[in-house]
Amino acid sequence: MATTTERLPPPVKKRVKLTLIDLLIFALVAAGVVYIAYRVESVLVYKWSWDTVLQFVVRRDEAGDLVPNLLVTGLLTTLRLAFWGTIAAAIIGLVMGLCRTSSNLFLRMVARLYVELIRNIPPVVFIFVFYFFISGQIMPLLGVDEFARNASPETARVIEFLFGPIGLFSNFLAGMICLAMFEGAYITEIVRAGIQSIEKGQWEAARAVGLSRFNVLRDVILPQAIRKILPPLAGQFITLVKDSAIVSLISIQELTFVAIEVAASTTRVFETWIVVGVMYFVVCYFFAVVFARLEKRGQRGRR
Amino acid sequence: MTQANPMLEMRGVGKWFGNFCALYDINLDVRPGERMVVCGPSGSGKSTMIRCINRLEEHQAGQIVLDGVELTEDTKNIEQIRRKVGMVFQHFNLFPHLTVLRNLTLGPMRNFKVPEKEARETALHYLERVRIAEQASKYPSELSGGQQQRVAIARALCMKPKLMLFDEPTSALDPEMISGVLDVMVELASEGMTMMCVTHEMGFAKEVADTMVFMDEGEIVEVGPPDEFFGNPKSDRAKLFLSQILSHH
Repeated sequence: MATTTERLPPPVKKRVKLTLIDLLIFALVAAGVVYIAYRVESVLVYKWSWDTVLQFVVRRDEAGDLVPNLLVTGLLTTLRLAFWGTIAAAIIGLVMGLCRTSSNLFLRMVARLYVELIRNIPPVVFIFVFYFFISGQIMPLLGVDEFARNASPETARVIEFLFGPIGLFSNFLAGMICLAMFEGAYITEIVRAGIQSIEKGQWEAARAVGLSRFNVLRDVILPQAIRKILPPLAGQFITLVKDSAIVSLISIQELTFVAIEVAASTTRVFETWIVVGVMYFVVCYFFAVVFARLEKRGQRGRR
Repeated sequence: MTQANPMLEMRGVGKWFGNFCALYDINLDVRPGERMVVCGPSGSGKSTMIRCINRLEEHQAGQIVLDGVELTEDTKNIEQIRRKVGMVFQHFNLFPHLTVLRNLTLGPMRNFKVPEKEARETALHYLERVRIAEQASKYPSELSGGQQQRVAIARALCMKPKLMLFDEPTSALDPEMISGVLDVMVELASEGMTMMCVTHEMGFAKEVADTMVFMDEGEIVEVGPPDEFFGNPKSDRAKLFLSQILSHH
């Protein structure tokens, strides 16, 4: 007779981590890398000149101190674009996502129109049209240029820190809004899917308790929906960082815009774009890690 | 008659899903303190009827008057009525992202602006009454089905409702969990809570019901005290239903 103390689990089988086939594939990949390196070294005879490009990352000034150069300034603009763009896109996405699932036909139509308009036009076309509309019509209407011109030195310093050079303030805002409008459409769809994925019983229970419409959403539906949509949302925010390169077309001096100039003036095309690629990667990977953390925290209390 | 005004009046209530008639000419009075059990074959409109009372479904004909207030389209009016009516669902529908305690305090804090401390005290009081106070800081997913359903009952009670609606509260439970939930409901009944309960638990019905309501095909076929209903059902449909449901007892 087995007693409870004798009910031990069966011994765990050791899993072989790497099979012969895995090793073979590794060997093939390694051989490929070596071959490409060989081609670049001896057949293309490309003379790598990293110093030329790295100068544009940091340079020594007259006193011999290291100061950030063009590429870093561009990266900072990209980061500012990404930061404000993410916030604005999240707000647009949330509001439009709520409209999209509203019981009000008018709100649903507005949100649908917005999403379809943006999803079915190439981003470049959208940005060309919309940028000139915003910078030509909306910005003067809001008096942004005037505000920037007449800002006191303290205000100017705050604006420079948050949004970059004050002379380009209205330009930056217009570009950022374009980017946010564009990404917001995709976030709208993610938010809609999240809200609709919450089962009917949750809506009913929240309503049966007597919560107002606003509280039903705030306390019951959105907290659950946000947990569910974190992975696609993370993907979209990373896309936003990468898509911010589009606004280089409207002369916002972010990383890609600067990189085009550096590549042209130094003629070191590979080096420039590899450096820029690494910079984008670091920023995007940082986003990915932050979201993975958030996702883990959201796991608590899941059904 | 010096009877108090009814807690709930339904007058000629009708409800259609497309062309399908889910409820037809429902007339029903529920007195304060009355314990009403609604039974009938599946698809007979029992759930739809009690879901109309707190406007989870919208009735398209007739009137529903709760505690002297008629249920209208107006959002504020609907919210007011829902705050007077507690509802317990078949699948509990607890909020999975909130602890048991937060599930209970949410309604009072949001609806009546009850301070958090007071809401917690009330919540713990009701959790004790459903014999589950030690689980207050857990999440719903950490509880058994029976425990979750008792939390759901406590959540409804925290709003101090005038009428409690139960929509097949034991149908989704494992057999050994049912009695714990029924015990809580019996206790509630003995304290004078006005309740309407859709259930197939005929033992419970015999024990607590003042009135049995039998529905079929969207209509109320029979209303009467349980002795009469179980001992001497008048309609053939009720006879057939009872013979089917009681044949294994």
